[in-house]
Amino acid sequence: MRRALLISVPYFWLLVLFLVPFAMVFKISLSDSVLAIPPYAPTMKEGIWALLTQLDFENFTFLTTDDLYWKAYLSSVRIAAISTVLTLAVGYPVAYAMARAPEEWRATLMMLVILPFWTSFLIRVYAWIGILSTEGFLNQFLFGIGLISEPLTILNTPTAVYIGIVYTYVPFMILPIYAALERLDGSLIEAAEDLGCSRLQAFWLVTIPLSKNGIIAGCFLVFIPALGEFVIPSLLGGSSTLMIGKVLFEEFFSNRDWPVASAVAVILLLILIVPIILFQRNEQKQAEADQ
Amino acid sequence: MAETVFAPWDDPNETPLITFQNVTKRFGDFVAIDDLTLDIFEREFFALLGPSGCGKTTMMRMLAGFENPTEGAISLAGKDIAGVPPNKRAVNMMFQSYALFPHLTVWDNIAFGLKRDNLSKDAVATRVEEMLKLTRLQKFARRKPHQISGGQRQRVALARSLAKAPKLLLLDEPLGALDKKLRQDTQFELMDIQEKTGTTFVIVTHDQEEAMTVASRVAVMDEGRIIQVATPERIYEGPNSVYVADFIGDVNILSGTAKPFGREMYQVDWGGGTLATAASAKPFSDGQSCHLAIRPEKISITADRPEADNAVQGKVLDIAYLGNLSTYYVELPTGQTIKAQTANTRRISRRTFTWEDPVWVSWTATAGVLLDS
Repeated sequence: MRRALLISVPYFWLLVLFLVPFAMVFKISLSDSVLAIPPYAPTMKEGIWALLTQLDFENFTFLTTDDLYWKAYLSSVRIAAISTVLTLAVGYPVAYAMARAPEEWRATLMMLVILPFWTSFLIRVYAWIGILSTEGFLNQFLFGIGLISEPLTILNTPTAVYIGIVYTYVPFMILPIYAALERLDGSLIEAAEDLGCSRLQAFWLVTIPLSKNGIIAGCFLVFIPALGEFVIPSLLGGSSTLMIGKVLFEEFFSNRDWPVASAVAVILLLILIVPIILFQRNEQKQAEADQ
Repeated sequence: MAETVFAPWDDPNETPLITFQNVTKRFGDFVAIDDLTLDIFEREFFALLGPSGCGKTTMMRMLAGFENPTEGAISLAGKDIAGVPPNKRAVNMMFQSYALFPHLTVWDNIAFGLKRDNLSKDAVATRVEEMLKLTRLQKFARRKPHQISGGQRQRVALARSLAKAPKLLLLDEPLGALDKKLRQDTQFELMDIQEKTGTTFVIVTHDQEEAMTVASRVAVMDEGRIIQVATPERIYEGPNSVYVADFIGDVNILSGTAKPFGREMYQVDWGGGTLATAASAKPFSDGQSCHLAIRPEKISITADRPEADNAVQGKVLDIAYLGNLSTYYVELPTGQTIKAQTANTRRISRRTFTWEDPVWVSWTATAGVLLDS
């Protein structure tokens, strides 16, 4: 009895905060857009039966007719994937250095990784505008040391979006990889060298495979939020960067077409479910391996 | 037909496989190895024995290539190996923690080193099978390290380090994680494998029994120096210092002054009622302070005064019953305690002596070793 009660807590949480809102969004995605408050029909006022008979998949069909949507999805997946690889390239060396640092430094280094979270995410992304713009700090600095004669255009390009995503999500990459590397027994590397590996081979054959779970966890933790990212592309990417988060925002607030926006959101969720399930399976496998 | 005794260290024509020449290793201010010179010969089973922090692990890590000497030279088969990285040395190591790769199967663990040598697939497979057979692990080839027992893991580590047929195998406390019974079995297995493969083994251990059992020679170390290098019998019967006598096995130490008394014979005034007679090939001058070290099993315990070179009366203070042996702690009138050990050839109910019994302890002139301070 007590066990059932205990288990019911997370299920209740999931029901109230995930399934019910999802059902609402899904219902809106099957409705029609109208000029009213709320801006969709039918509603519960007309009774359950009338409501159910008026629902249709029109909005989903609409998404396939305009190539804006699938281009936005594709572009989002590509940007999220490239950002994930870049974040891994930045995060792994940092995590490795942290795990190799003297014991007494590690807590401080960990603190430094987490520290940016103490400032609002929005402010930090705004700060990048000041750094990356044509008259920004980066261009001034490069001018100052005489490396460039023409200012670089970084802001409002995909490059700025990559910089923003890598900057924002790199802690999510560092932490799981660090956790995996810190547990790594140093004598395993010595054993690999003793058996004829060069430093690089030992890293490739022992360190990488043994931090694989950390890498996978980090990649999902970056890829999943980056896919639906809205703030970074709209502040740093300008109009040239097409991402589904931005399309969603415009459908809701500029077009006030809630049903189409909801349909976009439902498809996005379906795209996200695949990596989330893969992520869960990885976590489960790791838990089993640890036993 | 008597076999020739394996003793290359006594043969001046033999060239050693490994030479430490005035090797010193410092970590900052700490001197881990202090001006150490040592020869190890081919096919030897050489034990480095000492308390933790005595530098034995540092010596092993220098042989493996993980540390380089601060001063002096180490040569392997005549070549100076300073600066040669671990992966370029014909030396393999069995780690104390075994350091088995958790993501690889037993088979792949053993094959790991072989694959680095660019051998053909068949050659690797043949060698791995050979190693699995040698260590009786064929049944576990497909398992991961966490799916086998501690003793099996130890054998995988041994197989992996032997697979490349190194000139020298280093074993860092190889049996430390095993329970006593398994450890004893494994000691004989190790000796057997060492003999079969003809590899030179250097073992690091703090367990003196283990060192005595497996090794052809034992080096007793303390604070970065080697105190004595000799065969197990010589170390036990003829320790060169009080430290070695005390470190290896149990010992009674009577301290006093020596007085020459005939040829290679001395009388030791140790503060007891009578002078102790002791033989010693090592010369002592009249009045030189010395220590007489006598092993407990070389001391007899009797009810009546025996005919012996040395006999002292005392009373039984305590008895340590070990099953096969009993150690009697005999208190002398001077307040000193002497340990005498006897084999329990009779059942305990028929034990001759008990607490508070007056007894005589006695030993021959050659039973002890006379050591200077």
